[in-house]
Amino acid sequence: MLAKRIIPCLDVDNGRVKKGVKFVDLKDVGDPVAIAKAYQEQGADELVFLDITATNQNRETMTNVIERVSAQIFMPLTVGGGIRSVADINNMLLAGADKVSLNSAAVANPKLIQQGAEKFGRQCIVVAIDTRWNQKTNQYDVMVNGGRKNTGLDALEWARRVQQLGAGELLITSMDADGTKIGFDLRLYQQMDQQVSIPVIASGGCGQVSDFSALFEQTNVDAALAASVFHYGELTIEQVKHQLTLQGVAVR
Amino acid sequence: MLAVVDYDTGNIRNLMKALDYVGFKSMLTANPADILAADGVILPGVGAFAKAMEELERRQLVETLRQVADKQTPLLGICLGMQLLFESSNEFGKHAGLGILPGTVEEIPVTAGIKVPEMGWNQNMLQSKQNVFQSVANQYTYFVHSYYANCSRDIVVAGLEYGTFIPSIVKQKKIVGMQFHPEKSGAVGLELLTEFKRMVQDYVATRN
Repeated sequence: MLAKRIIPCLDVDNGRVKKGVKFVDLKDVGDPVAIAKAYQEQGADELVFLDITATNQNRETMTNVIERVSAQIFMPLTVGGGIRSVADINNMLLAGADKVSLNSAAVANPKLIQQGAEKFGRQCIVVAIDTRWNQKTNQYDVMVNGGRKNTGLDALEWARRVQQLGAGELLITSMDADGTKIGFDLRLYQQMDQQVSIPVIASGGCGQVSDFSALFEQTNVDAALAASVFHYGELTIEQVKHQLTLQGVAVR
Repeated sequence: MLAVVDYDTGNIRNLMKALDYVGFKSMLTANPADILAADGVILPGVGAFAKAMEELERRQLVETLRQVADKQTPLLGICLGMQLLFESSNEFGKHAGLGILPGTVEEIPVTAGIKVPEMGWNQNMLQSKQNVFQSVANQYTYFVHSYYANCSRDIVVAGLEYGTFIPSIVKQKKIVGMQFHPEKSGAVGLELLTEFKRMVQDYVATRN
């Protein structure tokens, strides 16, 4: 059985991991390599690095982070944030990323998905979709620019479209659930499963171990991504995987 | 010295980093003389079968790799590099491979619950009593592929069920194939690369 993946997400600002990572046994809690190692030891299946400032200058710092992490951490690495061109994708892959995640840039320029997939293979093009339920129109809206701008696009339709364009994987964040710790938006992922056949990573809303169990029991998503619950040490990846194993979910 | 074949197919920097990490001295090269003189050869690869064979032909490496195999220099094909070792592939029409190992390359059949490409960590089951690469038993390694090797079980060291039986490690004498990416498979992957390093060291010792 293909294992369900547990993926910690690291926000990187100017070469340092932000969002108050509090590993008890780390001397330097902002160093991406040290934090990546700690997650590797906990059993993380992949790592996602998000460049949260994503200025041109900072992007060079980001390639340096990926260079350093990939020299010591041997698992799939995804980089997102501010990737706008085929050249940006190439730079991240050369630095050691296995996949790049496109979000606002994919909406602004859908061809980028196609160009990236043709040049580097679908497997390294992840499209990230931030979405919020719109009660007026009864649809999941696609949000861009860090969730500040509503595109009016239907997230389910957009997901189908990016798959056609060549996306190899989707990272779907529920902005309604994000930060609430009330669990993943199960309905969103159930609906998403009807639309696409590529792997889906669910993000937003987890607060406890049972949220992961519910996600994998009630939807067909392939992976769960989380930041704060792991960073603050509220949960460890080991705990989550232990519980999933008890419930018969295949994990590594 | 280990030669990693450079033929412009996919990102192999991470493989080089993993080889560095396990202390396996290697050079990235497309030079036939270097490859023939090497103590061991790794054929990496990501992408499409036909394009990869074309790139190998263009660099006159098809014959070189066959010679490497003929003289029983340890040779490791990774992912697409493993598939190229076989006789032919059905990826976008029928294409001849290097023909170093017996078997063909087929598409993973799409059935209920099976997404293609297979992407992620899957668990290896040991299939052979050969005393090699046993550290892979029951371990998860990282796969990204849509095609698999359809070959005799005689050369299968480990494999798994994913829509069909997928050989994950094959070995015939000193020719080895790994369908997954050892350089992305954590401690298990590094151990498997280290084991290939020992094969190369043994080869050097017996040759001298």
